[in-house]
Amino acid sequence: MNWFIHTIGSSIGKKLLMAITGLGFCGFLAVHLAGNLTIYGGKASFNSYSEHLHALEPLVTIAEWGLLTFAVVHVLTGAVLFYQNLKARPVRYSVNKSAGGRSLGSRTMPYTGILLLAFVIFHLINFHFADRTVTTIYAIVSGAFKHPAYVVVYIIAVAIAAVHVSHGFWSAFQTIGANHPKYMPLVRTIGTVFSLMVGIGFGAIPVYLFIFV
Amino acid sequence: MTKAINLTLKVWRQKGPEDKGRLETYDAKDISTNMSFLEMLDVINEQLTLAGKEPIAFDHDCREGICGMCGAVVNGRPHGPEKGTTLCQLHMRHFSDRDTIFIEPWRSRAFKIIKDLVVDRGALDRLIQAGGYISANTGGAPDANAIPVPQASAELAFDAAACIGCGACVAACPNASAMLFVGAKVSHLVLLPQGEPEAAQRATAMVREMDSLGFGNCSNERECEAECPKEISITNIARLNREYFKSRFFSNVK
Repeated sequence: MNWFIHTIGSSIGKKLLMAITGLGFCGFLAVHLAGNLTIYGGKASFNSYSEHLHALEPLVTIAEWGLLTFAVVHVLTGAVLFYQNLKARPVRYSVNKSAGGRSLGSRTMPYTGILLLAFVIFHLINFHFADRTVTTIYAIVSGAFKHPAYVVVYIIAVAIAAVHVSHGFWSAFQTIGANHPKYMPLVRTIGTVFSLMVGIGFGAIPVYLFIFV
Repeated sequence: MTKAINLTLKVWRQKGPEDKGRLETYDAKDISTNMSFLEMLDVINEQLTLAGKEPIAFDHDCREGICGMCGAVVNGRPHGPEKGTTLCQLHMRHFSDRDTIFIEPWRSRAFKIIKDLVVDRGALDRLIQAGGYISANTGGAPDANAIPVPQASAELAFDAAACIGCGACVAACPNASAMLFVGAKVSHLVLLPQGEPEAAQRATAMVREMDSLGFGNCSNERECEAECPKEISITNIARLNREYFKSRFFSNVK
């Protein structure tokens, strides 16, 4: 198994880890968003979604540990890559100018990443680890978004997530070598559409709860 | 129509690899817009020499964009602002009177500065060496088309083989990564039957060497293909990734 450790420790191996875990998170975001849409059905609909989801135990716990493992791999590998990339150019240029290759997403990946990590921790403490013995998830969520500060924090956070995904999605395909003249334009379009869906889809929920509930 | 412009140059001056180096300011007066960028530097160097000062050291050779020797970062852009050209192909008509031009060497841990704008790109040679050999028969000239090569593959291989090894991809990459260079070299050999037998060995050896030379990691910023004077595409990086995974997971190469 020595060859395997060497492989994932190489520059391309580390990128492969980022790509696989990143695509995993894209899948998670899609499922999470689909589930969250039940909140537009009202209190009963959202609580019922939550109950049905947790009726799938132990699958939910397994998925949670899987996501945690992915997160640890994604964050640690990302941190190593960021550090190595900084070290690869010890003396910086006095003038930096893009030739048009970089995007808002690509140039901010490490920074949006660290902000997302902070947000995920905040988000889990808020909703995931909240005491649900005496209250329902709908009450917790709708209660939280009565505060404008929460709404603003969540909108900023999902905007950051959208920017991160806008580069991450197509970049993951490029890294795993799936760059094909026929499909790459489609992958890039899906990446853009998906990042907009993440931004608008998750961002609309706090606004909806704040205004209408 | 010939026009003359006056410029302010901010040039990186560094006596040797151990010197700290600094940007120095020079006035470039009465520069013909028909000059190439390197001819403009020649004029400045003439003036510096006549004034008893050390001329600016810069690399150059063919001055027609095919040797890969020249290169400097001009106002933050390797080989200057024009697309698909080397520094020697950049002409002063692309600048305006009273412009300030910053001229810096390629910056990467893997490229040590020898003097001023001259960097040691030996790391790229070591990557080529790590790539090893291909299987070609020696002896008399082989018959034409003895080895069938589809025209499409030949074209793709040639697109990759257009790399002149100038190092602009490393200079342009925000992470100082050499993935476009290695991607081009791996691609131009693996796309042809002559390079196929050693493909697995080559991909692993070149990536291993690339990592040990201190280049950064690719993060798909796409600055390399935008700055490459030969406009080599990042599809070659995707092909390198595929070849590396094939080599690591599906071949006998340890």
